Amino acid sequence: MTANIHILPGREDQVWQKGSGGNLACDRRSLAGSVTQRACAFCGSRVVLYPIADALHIVHGPIGCAVYNWDIRGSLSSGPQLHRNSFSTDLQEKEVIFGGEKKLHASLVELIQYYQPKAAFVYSTCIVGLIGDDVQAVCKAVSRETGIDVIPVESPGFKGTKKTGYQAACEAAFKLVGTGDTSQIGPYSINLLGEFNIAGEAWMIKRYFERMGIEVVATITGDGRVDDLRRCHGAKLNLVQCSGSMTHLAKRLDEDYGVPFQRVSFFGLEDTARALYAAAEFFGDPALMERAQEIVYEEIAKITPRLKEYRKRLKGKKAALYVGGAFKAFSLVLALRALGMKTVLAGTQTGSAEDYEQLKEICDPGTVIVDDSNPLELAKFVLEKDVDLFIGGVKERPIAFKLGVAFCDHNHERKIPLAGFEGMLNFAEEVANSVLSPIWRFAPRRMAQALNPKEDSHHECNC
Amino acid sequence: MSATAEMTPAQAPRSATQNACKLCAPLGASMVFKGVQGCLPFLHGSQGCATYIRRYMISHFREPVDIASSSFSEDDAIFGGARNFATGVENVINQYQPEIIGVATTCLSETIGENMIGMIREYQERYAGQGAPLVHVSTPSYSGTHSEGFHAAVKALVEQLVPPESVTHRDTTRLNILPGMVSCADLRHLRELVGLYGLSATLLPDYNQTLEGESWDQYHRISPGGTTLEEIREMGANAATLELGHTLALQKESAGAWLENHTGVHCHHAGLPIGIRLSDAFFTALSQATGRTMPDSLRAERGRLVDAYVDAHKYIAGRRVAIVGEPDLVTSLAAFVSEIGLQPVLCATGSKLKGWAEQVAAEIEPGIEKPEIVKGADHAQFSARCRALQPDMLIGSSKVYPLARELDVPLVRVGFPLHDRFGAQRLLTLGYRGTQNLFDLIVNAVLARRQDDSVTGYSYL
Repeated sequence: MTANIHILPGREDQVWQKGSGGNLACDRRSLAGSVTQRACAFCGSRVVLYPIADALHIVHGPIGCAVYNWDIRGSLSSGPQLHRNSFSTDLQEKEVIFGGEKKLHASLVELIQYYQPKAAFVYSTCIVGLIGDDVQAVCKAVSRETGIDVIPVESPGFKGTKKTGYQAACEAAFKLVGTGDTSQIGPYSINLLGEFNIAGEAWMIKRYFERMGIEVVATITGDGRVDDLRRCHGAKLNLVQCSGSMTHLAKRLDEDYGVPFQRVSFFGLEDTARALYAAAEFFGDPALMERAQEIVYEEIAKITPRLKEYRKRLKGKKAALYVGGAFKAFSLVLALRALGMKTVLAGTQTGSAEDYEQLKEICDPGTVIVDDSNPLELAKFVLEKDVDLFIGGVKERPIAFKLGVAFCDHNHERKIPLAGFEGMLNFAEEVANSVLSPIWRFAPRRMAQALNPKEDSHHECNC
Repeated sequence: MSATAEMTPAQAPRSATQNACKLCAPLGASMVFKGVQGCLPFLHGSQGCATYIRRYMISHFREPVDIASSSFSEDDAIFGGARNFATGVENVINQYQPEIIGVATTCLSETIGENMIGMIREYQERYAGQGAPLVHVSTPSYSGTHSEGFHAAVKALVEQLVPPESVTHRDTTRLNILPGMVSCADLRHLRELVGLYGLSATLLPDYNQTLEGESWDQYHRISPGGTTLEEIREMGANAATLELGHTLALQKESAGAWLENHTGVHCHHAGLPIGIRLSDAFFTALSQATGRTMPDSLRAERGRLVDAYVDAHKYIAGRRVAIVGEPDLVTSLAAFVSEIGLQPVLCATGSKLKGWAEQVAAEIEPGIEKPEIVKGADHAQFSARCRALQPDMLIGSSKVYPLARELDVPLVRVGFPLHDRFGAQRLLTLGYRGTQNLFDLIVNAVLARRQDDSVTGYSYL
């Protein structure tokens, strides 16, 4: 039963089915009232810079924007924990009328004196420009007074989607780049961009490279440090994982410092191996490649027996995935395939035309691809495609659960590492724990299906 | 290392808010709109506001929370969002077929001075008065907290939907309950209690089903449940109103007061009934409103609660407790903990409501030392005071956990948000039964700590 949900007029071309021909439109603003799963530009900036643990992050605006992202993400720091606080100028009516510069100035000076951060990021929210605050000038003044970099992040929510915010964050981070000493950086050195160290994933990945003999200069921004950003231009290669958020920074590093970049992913065995090989190949040293191969063989051998067990039990199950960026979607399609599962619905909040071409290619015939989707649309396809598993974030979880569908959290709030080789095993376990749970037989929709197996499956996608 | 560990001896920052004890007003309004049948909340502003609030509410309630947004662009921020508002409302109607749309403003739309009344009039004209009603509430996050946003939305619903005419013929079988921001279990319990007094209840809001629903056999555009439009419209003709929450007495005209002033339905005010004294007051009001005496089953429940107080009082006597949360909740909790022999040492809220601190002070049991009472607090301030006051126990939302960990004291989780435990929707706190539940949680937190701390590890306490 789909309760006859139709695609919202104006969104028809953002839904595509493999085999149907036609194009998939993307890179558009969300329709008002569509209940998009996307957040705003501010959110994009905040999530990208959040893991920089020794910086002060202060949100300039009324309280809402600051408070909803207070210590909810799974990005770990091996040292300072300052980033886990929520600092805000908490603008009140008085400041909305008379301006908030004074409060911002005082807030910054006091916080910097108290917490002694290495740098400060000042996020502008929707109303800051409207009330005429010159954030740039305040930042400059505070920087002079305190002697640390105080960097404005141009992130009013209405400026666009998360993607717009990613760019503003990259610009802000880039201000630090090039100010550190790179003399100690070796010839085989890389940065990991778009790796946010959720549940310690950056540490796992870093270890692979260190075992290969490659130095990781900076993970940007997972377990991030201001000084790492300052010297990251000294690395010889940038590996960009979350391409949506960090390609802009990679491009800036390429343009200004001649550091080339490659898009990689560390989700799934194939993609993780490919990423290690890509780095080895780039440096052209056969010894690196040899060690990469050793690591890949060794790590895969460790987990293969248990993965095979999962595969046996998960084979033939159908999955839907809706994630932020497209590169994760590619990896997930492959990782699911490795578990014997089929992706029947794939979507992203911020994929580009180029991303979607690639996604279309790797998907099976019949797979539906959606751009900037919403709860009703996702529910429609979950039902029509009769999926067994949904992979997404907190906002997608109730869609799956309400319909008796298993769920795997692959968002930044999660506390379980899913990247790298070990991560693949965790992923399989996460999927299996939900898909194979005995509870589903009590879910009314599953009960109805059990009584009348054809009820749900004959619905076709009419997009 | 705790999240607030890296401090230097410099003077504590005062200008910035550090780890706020409040959320924004549109969240409170959205929660209220979720409690109206067929209602879709709609935020007029940037789409991040809706997304953030959705995620926060989903994490607490574990239910679908669809909130629409007018998705302001830069042009809209400069030239006004009327066009986006109209498109947004149209798309919501198209997708969700709502019975009513609950529009809340945001800092952005308030700052640029959007003419909501005009936009809503335009909508009504476009639909020739036949469209789903739009109720709107002004909720800039630069004035007030989620708690104030909640109460404002209840008021807006009543004011904009109930005909302001004096009613002579009342439905004596029906009582209005304005419950304030309570759990789904509390809402169900309130309805049950009114039933025990022989009446039916119109609860506004009633998100007990929408935010704690059953597993579905089909997808629902809007979660089933909630107060119906019809029920709201008839509130002026019901027997009486019972309005819960101390802070409503501080308002110029609360929703209950508005109903009384405009329809003549008498409003009884009471605090959130937590603890025996406040529950007694609530049941007295319920008796007055219904003209009935307390049913035996409730007398027995009260009796068992008193018995439990007696059985456990020595375990908890004199334990020092610090409380933080929504203003109405903190006031009632302060009354409760002081009547069971705990010593409240600190009561804090993020709200800046005038008169709140005095209300808390007045609720402290005579003979118990008055606690420090801090309004407009943030968690940094709350934490700093707790480090000095050394409470034995903390009561508050999940956001208090880092402090509980740092001070190594138990945290009894009440309020919003509860993101690190399961079952926030089902946390019963109201009436004798809810008090019993809270009391057990508190006593057991003390016992568990004692047991954990003991070298011997007795299994018999």
